[in-house]
Amino acid sequence: MTHLPNTPLQMGPLDAVFGPLYWFLELWSGLMSWVAKTTGLELLRYGFMHRAILVGLCIGVMAPLIGTFLVYRQLALIGDALAHTGFAGVAVGLFLNAVLDLGVSPYLTAVVVAMIAALLIELISEATDAYNDVSMAIVLSTGFALGTTLISINAGGLAVGVNQFLFGNLSTVSEDSAAILLALFVIVIGVVGLTRNQLLYVTFDETAAAVSGLSVSWYNRTMVMLTAMVVVGAMQIMGVILVAAMLVVPVAGASQVARSFTESLLVSVVLAELAVILGIGVSYYGKATAGGVIVLVAVTIYVIAVVLGKLQTAFGEEGSPEMGRIDINKTESSGD
Amino acid sequence: MSTQPTTHSATASTEHSTPLIELAGVDFGYTSTPVVEDISLQIDAGEYAAVVGPNGSGKSTLMKLMLGLLRPDDGVARLFGDPSHQFDDGSRIGYVAQHASASKEMPITVREVVKMGRFPHVGFGRLSRDDWEIVDRALETVGMGAFASRRVTQLSGGQRQRAFIARALASEADLLVLDEPTVGVDMESVEAFYDLLDALNSNGITVLLIEHDLGAVTEHADRVICLNREIYFDGPADAFVESDALARAFGTTANLLGGSR
Repeated sequence: MTHLPNTPLQMGPLDAVFGPLYWFLELWSGLMSWVAKTTGLELLRYGFMHRAILVGLCIGVMAPLIGTFLVYRQLALIGDALAHTGFAGVAVGLFLNAVLDLGVSPYLTAVVVAMIAALLIELISEATDAYNDVSMAIVLSTGFALGTTLISINAGGLAVGVNQFLFGNLSTVSEDSAAILLALFVIVIGVVGLTRNQLLYVTFDETAAAVSGLSVSWYNRTMVMLTAMVVVGAMQIMGVILVAAMLVVPVAGASQVARSFTESLLVSVVLAELAVILGIGVSYYGKATAGGVIVLVAVTIYVIAVVLGKLQTAFGEEGSPEMGRIDINKTESSGD
Repeated sequence: MSTQPTTHSATASTEHSTPLIELAGVDFGYTSTPVVEDISLQIDAGEYAAVVGPNGSGKSTLMKLMLGLLRPDDGVARLFGDPSHQFDDGSRIGYVAQHASASKEMPITVREVVKMGRFPHVGFGRLSRDDWEIVDRALETVGMGAFASRRVTQLSGGQRQRAFIARALASEADLLVLDEPTVGVDMESVEAFYDLLDALNSNGITVLLIEHDLGAVTEHADRVICLNREIYFDGPADAFVESDALARAFGTTANLLGGSR
């Protein structure tokens, strides 16, 4: 096989898939430039900011979406573990590029490695019948150790680029990685949209879901794979270390104020978008790392949500309604 | 639509019908030590059966074997005539666990919980207006209509169990399986809860109850299966009270019968 080093992603057969994504990126960039011209907003003048904002908006939707299903199963930390294996994936990508001159985007290898790790965590937990902190911690540190080792084996030149992966960077969101993120976004939203009923049932009550005929282990596997995709996608601007916050913090905030599950999904997405937009704005003008600022904004929003939630329970609560009588005849008088 | 269970059990209770649950010579152990051993029983449509036994007697394991959540090491488990683990028509079984294995702090309304009962019917699709009607009717049946938009986390134990019963009703199941449903539920609600089960059973729904509270079992169930690794007793509730199966299965804790009521 011959390699053309500068072809985007080196994904010849996938051009049909990525083509429309690049087209969309161009369209989005045009729209942003127009907004910049009409509003005079300085930060919208640069191509990299256009992509960063788009990536941020996508993260603001998919991270809390997946996070909602994780948090209520006490799986909040799996995002962190997978992010660190994603880092190993980045290292693998950089390593392959350096040794074999593959020209593969490190985010692509990160997705692959994180998804494999996700599947491993899930299979281990199925075999041992429990998700436990210990196995999660082992996967997390193995991922990170593998990453640092691979990078240090390589020439010192590689280590220069590592900060961008650890802490995220708005200005390094390339067209390739934005396209990868868009592809991940479409997959995540599509799968969650299709299986929302099943994911909800499995999240809420695993045993009852199993009794009702759902293959719980398949939905769990799906869930961790989606988590891997989201985490690697969000890594670009959030960084390995802070990425898990986007899965957890907006969801925790939403659970304080939302009453229903649907509401909590929507609220968590709104909170996350707020954090992303404010965070990117503040970090740009304040010249700070976007990932850190976004998380700080998200946590601030969370604190406000906690206070609002407390006020809601203190004042807004209606009295307890009368519990109705059990009326078995209602089942009879139904239907035709 | 919800008259279906009644008509089904009416046809199923004719003589040569398949039992809803059938175990034959079932052995199972998580490790090499058996948890249940040589279990043979069958549950027919329309029955109101209770499985009792001391803690660690394998009651919940037995239930999981029946429902196909576990596969027997030896022997055969059948559900509606199919091997239990292959059975996938979840809409026929309603399941209520002890104060719900369910997530405790999730923001979710009573109506959203009951809605899950329709999931086996709609698959990847959306709930139709008919589905929502069934959901609301199930809520009314258990007297929880006024709580429809309440968060489940704000309910008392008794109210929560009613919500889970409503979910089972919404699935229009003809077999209702309850695993120690009244643990942590106040006395008054427990009474109402058993009245509801009685009423559902007389409507033709098969009830299988896994219970610790022997008093409630002997009062309400028609048939008692007393388990402690093996079956010690399987027969009418009245005969169970008079037999010595209780003493043999429970050993020294046999006075539970008086103590728990």
